[in-house]
Amino acid sequence: MSDHELRVSKIRNGTVIDHIRAGQALNVLAILGIDGSDGEEVSVGMNVPSDRMGRKDIVKVEGKELSQNEVDVLSLIAPDASINIIREYEVAEKHRLERPEYVVGILSCPNSNCISTEDEPVDSKFEVLSDGVRCEYCETIIRDDLAAHISVK
Amino acid sequence: MRHDHLIDTKQLSRQDIEDVLDRAAEIDADPAAFGDRHAGKLLGLLFYEPSTRTKMSFETSIKRLGGDIVDMGSVESSSVKKGESLADTTRVIEGYADALVLRHPSQGAAKMVSEFVDVPLLNAGDGAGHHPTQTLLDLYTIRENAGLDDLTIGIMGDLKYGRTVHSLAHALTNFDTRQHFISPGSLKLPRSVRYDLHEAGANVREHTDIEDVLPNLDVLYVTRIQRERFPDENEYRAVAGDYRIDLETLEGARDDLTIMHPLPRVDEIAPEVDETDHAKYFEQAHNGIPVRMALLDSMLEDQ
Ligand SMILES: [Zn+2]
Repeated sequence: MSDHELRVSKIRNGTVIDHIRAGQALNVLAILGIDGSDGEEVSVGMNVPSDRMGRKDIVKVEGKELSQNEVDVLSLIAPDASINIIREYEVAEKHRLERPEYVVGILSCPNSNCISTEDEPVDSKFEVLSDGVRCEYCETIIRDDLAAHISVK
Repeated sequence: MRHDHLIDTKQLSRQDIEDVLDRAAEIDADPAAFGDRHAGKLLGLLFYEPSTRTKMSFETSIKRLGGDIVDMGSVESSSVKKGESLADTTRVIEGYADALVLRHPSQGAAKMVSEFVDVPLLNAGDGAGHHPTQTLLDLYTIRENAGLDDLTIGIMGDLKYGRTVHSLAHALTNFDTRQHFISPGSLKLPRSVRYDLHEAGANVREHTDIEDVLPNLDVLYVTRIQRERFPDENEYRAVAGDYRIDLETLEGARDDLTIMHPLPRVDEIAPEVDETDHAKYFEQAHNGIPVRMALLDSMLEDQ
């Protein structure tokens, strides 16, 4: 472990999201719905030097393992990130992100006239395109700043 | 056609379209032969926004096939006002009917409902999204007047919010067509429609001036530019005037140009044009009956 990574404390059980593009750490937390209000222990490193990326962000969350849905959306805003699931201080699983075909229930549609924004029993659903995402219901395409469309529960 | 639901025209192949149009032509030739094909069948009408003509057109079509309607009635007087979700309402009403027709102001409404119901669902317009049955009657009219291959078509007006435009543009990619889109800059085709047309490899050009393309057109499809799309009255007037067809505009057109309009029009086509051989919009509206009969006939066949 390098000196830089030591700046962020070790966790016992939880998730380490590494190699996040510099500046995206807070958006990653937003995706995970983490704002500290539930008392979770969160460490964030921003603009940490990285051999591979120059600068990177890193997020460590105690007591939380990411769901597939969360990993999927993460892949859209932090495509280079790696995810380590930690159990008893050891890396139990390592994941590289893969772009999913769809992301469900995480992004909200910016089209206020879209049925998915109304009080109906459906989750939002976006098809992942090569350069953006597209609402499965109203077909609106979002290309820029996906993080702004993340609906935090 | 082998689809349970008709949500948009992207799901239709050339063969699907031709099957419906051929059946519509058969019905047109001998309506009486279809008079009791679906005796006892019920079509559920769910109109969440008023559309007298589209609704009457479906009503007429099912009755001409021997069937009848169950009608949710106006939204104001139904449980919808009490906050019941669209998903719940349609799940209840599907138990009363053999097929459903949905008109709804929200984009994607029909797509969502199709995830909840088992009876065939017809999208009769969802916000600025799609209007596939309109497109089938448009195509029927185009085929009768100009043919569907080696066709140069201009589509003019509100291309951004015009759902009939979106459905038609998708459907035309199945045929050998050149599509010219003519609109003010603020009402150009939405990104999502352009994306699909590009994916389909469509031959598409965009213009702001009708004069640039009019002489080449076999068909000119005109849609209404709505006042409420503009922040102020003056801006609307300035734009609307540039997208109006009258006898003077038509001096540059071919003699066999077919002019269409999904109706209702306001003043984008001058009444004097009605008297010319170009005007096919009333014929187009009448074609709604055989085309919707054909569609219902094929959807109810296996029910
Ligand atoms: Zn949407």
